[in-house]
Amino acid sequence: MTASSASSASSASSTFSAPAATSLAVGLRGIHKRFGHVHAVKGVDISIQSGEIVAFLGPNGAGKTSTIDIILGLSRPNAGEVAVYGMPPRRAVAYGLVSAVMQTGGLLKDLTVGETVEYTGSLFARSRPAAEVLRRAGIDGIADRKVGKCSGGEQQRLRFAMALLSDPELLILDEPTTGMDVEGRRNFWASIREDAERGRTVLFATHYLEEADAYADRIILIRLGEIVADGTPAQIKALAAGRTVRATLPGAREDELSAIPGADSAEIRGDTVLVHCKDSDAVARYLLTATPARDLEITTRGIEDAFLALTGDGADASAQTTGAAR
Amino acid sequence: MTSQLSAASLSRGVPAAGGFNITALRLEIRRLLRNRRTVIFTMIAPVIFFLAFGLNSAYAFQKAGHGNVSAFILISMSLYGAVLATTSGGAMVSIERAAGWSRQLRLTPLTPVAYVALKVCTALVLGLGSVVIVNVVGGITGKPSMPLHLWALTALCVWLGSLLFAAFGLFIGYLLPTENVMQIMGLIMMLLSFAGGLFIPLSQYPHAFQVLAKFTPLYGLNELVHAPLLGGSVDGWWLVNLLAWLVIFVAGAAWRFRRDTARV
Repeated sequence: MTASSASSASSASSTFSAPAATSLAVGLRGIHKRFGHVHAVKGVDISIQSGEIVAFLGPNGAGKTSTIDIILGLSRPNAGEVAVYGMPPRRAVAYGLVSAVMQTGGLLKDLTVGETVEYTGSLFARSRPAAEVLRRAGIDGIADRKVGKCSGGEQQRLRFAMALLSDPELLILDEPTTGMDVEGRRNFWASIREDAERGRTVLFATHYLEEADAYADRIILIRLGEIVADGTPAQIKALAAGRTVRATLPGAREDELSAIPGADSAEIRGDTVLVHCKDSDAVARYLLTATPARDLEITTRGIEDAFLALTGDGADASAQTTGAAR
Repeated sequence: MTSQLSAASLSRGVPAAGGFNITALRLEIRRLLRNRRTVIFTMIAPVIFFLAFGLNSAYAFQKAGHGNVSAFILISMSLYGAVLATTSGGAMVSIERAAGWSRQLRLTPLTPVAYVALKVCTALVLGLGSVVIVNVVGGITGKPSMPLHLWALTALCVWLGSLLFAAFGLFIGYLLPTENVMQIMGLIMMLLSFAGGLFIPLSQYPHAFQVLAKFTPLYGLNELVHAPLLGGSVDGWWLVNLLAWLVIFVAGAAWRFRRDTARV
């Protein structure tokens, strides 16, 4: 694997988009970041392979942007190791291996869209033609417009065009559709998706589960600076979805309930038990036949509710589900 | 891993000179010239000042060293335009930091030193434009008179001397993260120009003020650029003043610059 990819990389070294491929795109180990008293990132480990499309999902303030800033070399972690294609982040940026569409990255209002792209492109050793990236970002029609006269969505597309200039191996997007309307959001993601189909590695941060589900192969769930789940969208949704069987069962024990076939986790509130499960039929059947449980109630958890439970600050809500997530 | 890394590096490479290049410089200059206020303050105002104060018919006949008083005022006004231009060029970093553009640039190979070099070069080109315009307009009026080689030498000294204020602009630009830095700069430069004797000869000020003026940053430079015309000996204090302020501005800019790059 390693040998073959190395030879393919070296044989392609004369072409521009030589794959630094099949190697580890991002490797974070034991990353901590503190801002004064705020411990924003608490021991995060992430490995992203080339070619993956990864959603970094979590509510605002979960530590997504802090982690992304570290991957891009915009800030240094207080502890831990960072490697982007095996290099320190700043070097990976200098080689044009990684680029980003940031939430807060500023633009100069007095340059035109075309000039902004030309300027940024001139800073790289090699870059794609301005016309090409403008077309791929869907803003080739407004190259002569002043940046200050562009809408929020157009400015975001401009940032996307700038990020495409170095033809990066890894593209990072930090909540790229914030402030866009539904239409703009859909169009923007269509452009990203079209681009990702060419084999680029993509890491995007979002706080919408539906966005993560629709566009990622893998979802990393982060909450209060810690990774609480990491898996395919189907796995994450299975974690998040499922049903809850509620019954009256005095004297029940949590470990016994969790051991019921089909149960994920259980919770006891006085005489009431709550069993979270994917197979509610099996759990219900077991409770009614093998235990003296009564007053049975089966409820479905919405995906968004469950996501909130996984990532929210509510301690009781998260306690029950993080167990399942691990 | 190592072979992949070197393959990626080989095929891509990093830009020469930390990303400094002519395309970026051209766009920076175009951007500055697009700013009407910058053009008015650095190109048009010095010309108007010269036309207002330098064309008094008596000045054309009043001797000043190897030339006339009109030439003396032309030098003062071209220095005013040049230092205003280089200060504005340097102070652009303030606006770019406030807008978040500096952060955007951190996603490119452009190194912080190359960024500063880009700003200084932009400032110098703007300064050159200002010096050329003031001198050309002065020449067209036919009033200033001095030997051609002194005229050229003086213009060159004014231009190179204005580099001092590119450092000043950078220092202030890194110090004040405000969109309004240009207005503040305009006021500061006006005060420094009066104190340096650019608008009114220092001999016309009260004695205490004259002593104080010798410590202000435009004093040394102003005296030095008039020296070729006046032909007297060069006072050591002028050089001390110039070098001391150069050290202060460069050190200040470097200090703020380091803090800034450590932060992001």
